[in-house]
Amino acid sequence: MIDQFLATYSTLLATVGINALLAISVWVTLYAGQLTLGNAAFMGIAAYTSALLTLKAGMPFPLVLLAGGVVSAVLAVPLGVTVFRLRGVYLAIATIGFGEVVRVVLLAIPITGKALGLNGIPPKTELWHIALLLTVTAYVLGRVRASTAGRAWAAIREDEVAAASQGIAVRRYKLAAFVIGAFVAGIAGGLSAHLNFAIEPGDFGFVRAVQILVFAVVGGIPSVLGPIVGATLLTALPELLRPLRDYRDVFQGAILLFVIVFLPRGLVTLATLGRTRRLARIGQLDAA
Amino acid sequence: MPEQLYNAIFIGSIYALFAIGFALVFSVLDILNLAHPAVFMLGAFTALFCMATLGLPAGAAVVIAFVATGLFGILLDRVAFAPLRRRDAPPLSAMISSIAVAAIIVRLVELRYGTDFLSYPPESLPSLPFQVGESRLDGLRLVIIGVAFAFMVGLTYLVRGTRLGRELRALAENPRAARLLGVDVERAIAITFFISSGLGGIAGVLLGFAYNSIYPQMGTLYELKAFTVMVVGGMGSLPGAVLGAFILGLGEVASIEFLPSEFRDAFAFGLLFLILVIRPRGLLGHKAVDRV
Amino acid sequence: MLLEVTGLTKHFGGVKAVEAVDLGVDPGQALGIIGPNGAGKTTLINLISGHFRPDAGRVRFDGADVTGLQPHVLTGRGIARTFQGVRLFKGLSLLENMLVGRHVRMRSDVLARLVPLRRATSTDETRVVALLDRVGLARRARDLAGELSYGDQRRLEVARALSSEPKLLILDEPAAGTNRAESAALRDLMRDLRAEGLAIVLIEHDVRLVMGACQRVAVLNFGRRIAEGTPAEVQADPGVREAYLGTEEATA
Repeated sequence: MIDQFLATYSTLLATVGINALLAISVWVTLYAGQLTLGNAAFMGIAAYTSALLTLKAGMPFPLVLLAGGVVSAVLAVPLGVTVFRLRGVYLAIATIGFGEVVRVVLLAIPITGKALGLNGIPPKTELWHIALLLTVTAYVLGRVRASTAGRAWAAIREDEVAAASQGIAVRRYKLAAFVIGAFVAGIAGGLSAHLNFAIEPGDFGFVRAVQILVFAVVGGIPSVLGPIVGATLLTALPELLRPLRDYRDVFQGAILLFVIVFLPRGLVTLATLGRTRRLARIGQLDAA
Repeated sequence: MPEQLYNAIFIGSIYALFAIGFALVFSVLDILNLAHPAVFMLGAFTALFCMATLGLPAGAAVVIAFVATGLFGILLDRVAFAPLRRRDAPPLSAMISSIAVAAIIVRLVELRYGTDFLSYPPESLPSLPFQVGESRLDGLRLVIIGVAFAFMVGLTYLVRGTRLGRELRALAENPRAARLLGVDVERAIAITFFISSGLGGIAGVLLGFAYNSIYPQMGTLYELKAFTVMVVGGMGSLPGAVLGAFILGLGEVASIEFLPSEFRDAFAFGLLFLILVIRPRGLLGHKAVDRV
Repeated sequence: MLLEVTGLTKHFGGVKAVEAVDLGVDPGQALGIIGPNGAGKTTLINLISGHFRPDAGRVRFDGADVTGLQPHVLTGRGIARTFQGVRLFKGLSLLENMLVGRHVRMRSDVLARLVPLRRATSTDETRVVALLDRVGLARRARDLAGELSYGDQRRLEVARALSSEPKLLILDEPAAGTNRAESAALRDLMRDLRAEGLAIVLIEHDVRLVMGACQRVAVLNFGRRIAEGTPAEVQADPGVREAYLGTEEATA
């Protein structure tokens, strides 16, 4: 029975899993109060890196995944250092700009196959890879959230100036969240490249970045389960409601709108309705 | 050479019209309205509807597109931003809210019109070629440049010379003080959205006319360019948006001359990045960097 | 001298917010800073706590030059502060606020947390709850900081500043809007803290509190220090009277 289920829905489950990883990658920075739209680009960089390593160098799968994640993480450092001086909206725009620069570069340099992208990537990703990595990532980051580092991020999200006064090296923590996010997005990119046989620059653009953000926001900020819930709901629901397939984006938009207006900390806050109501009463309903 | 200059001015005008709407909402409300590109697209498609389905002439279609998108802007505020304002939500929430509306609108238009390029009805757009020296230029673009400038001048007069303009500037400075001084804040915001979205819609129609090719996702590319325009000119500064728009227009046309075409878009984003690193406040804007 | 400020200067555009100010505080001592609105008191505090960089002058703390260091570094060195108007983490609980306050004294437990064992309440938690108890807020440890009354929020902020076990505590208008009993309680708390060796810098408008709780008082006006001494000396100083009450008209 379960085998049949898995067989029928394996692609969907794989997509859900990868989207969940991507959503978690954005969640990390959101938890620290920063809105970044560059994770689709990090996903793309890692996808190409890992695919090229497989195609040209024949490296083993776990290594190419790791390599993709590391390349993204390393690139995130100078980017993070540059943009974290900027506040709010400017940060978001800077990361959007970064995403576009990456997309243009991918379209321009020959090794990436330019607009045609890369084809014939061996399908090495299996469902259990995704499940394992998702579980490990969620577990680790969930525990980090409950530690002193997570508390520091929450403090930064609430009030950066006060957080600095309490001895938190704000820039360092923001950068850490950003780099961790890039790494996780990179792992997702590597998994995705080896799932879909082919990749092209358009897969990793602004639209994708926004989609990932939506998963995280809809799911919610307070816990690492948020992005997982958001990604699952928004990826799986439209697929399962066949007749409404065409309206998937409309539903996603409507759900996002509903969440932002009524439950800005995300759907997971329904599980802690008491605290949510208390936050609303003191005017702290929004996360950042 | 004159042809390139002409194109640069033309594209700069479109960018300017589009970016002004963005900048207006940002300066008055501190919100990055990411539904603006959808409104841009809506203008183009409203005109298409008027001309293809209702058989109206181009001029009437432009006026109707302006009014329709303007009204849509007011609706947008009521649905996506006003509830957030009521509980003093931070600007990032409003940005996400606008993303939601944009997604819905774009998809609905896609479902109605498909995702491919569409053209306006043949013969509906005037063709006015004229000569400048050796080059044959399209007079329609000149009309568009004229219309764009007329709107920009009109907006400048509105902001500087009218009472409404003063109210908007007060609102931009300090909403609470503005309210205390008797400004009807909700009315002023509604008007802001009407103007901002109307201008965005007009930009969409005019662009659609010039290229005679529109599609539901057309807003996205301009949205990204608009970020560059606003960052270069200074977020929230209307003259900055105009300045940034023409710098971008000239820069893009120039870069086509010297760089392979794939890099044309890279110019915009490279410039965006450069400005954010060197001088985030842009040419005419306010401080953008954390003090601490 | 635990804290020694010499010639501290800060200009904003053409405005001289703080001009060549000298100050000093010893351990166990409270220094009050008073002056009319706009005199530069908060700017001075922001310079000492690292939120602004001075244009000129030096800050020495605990034997080292700390001029221009970032706020979080200074907190690590032992300078803690509260803010005018209270800057708490409103969406976090009192306990969480306190634990954040203790950040520089806590060892990072990220790796330890990866193993999901049931942990005993850490010594850090015990310490901060004791501090909450000291300001009378222990029973509300799980409430959200934003749910407290303004007076309670004030006290929480002081407790949070103490969580990092500072050597110097800077209080920026802690008594604004409090009643007589609350400001007396603050005065008592300051006395107890001083007895434990803490140095305190107090910015206040409540002159009674300052004169009653501080051993030395400095007066700022237009960014300059116009008087400094014991409360009695400062109260008798004609320049101080003039600053607060305006120029005495010379009667011919």
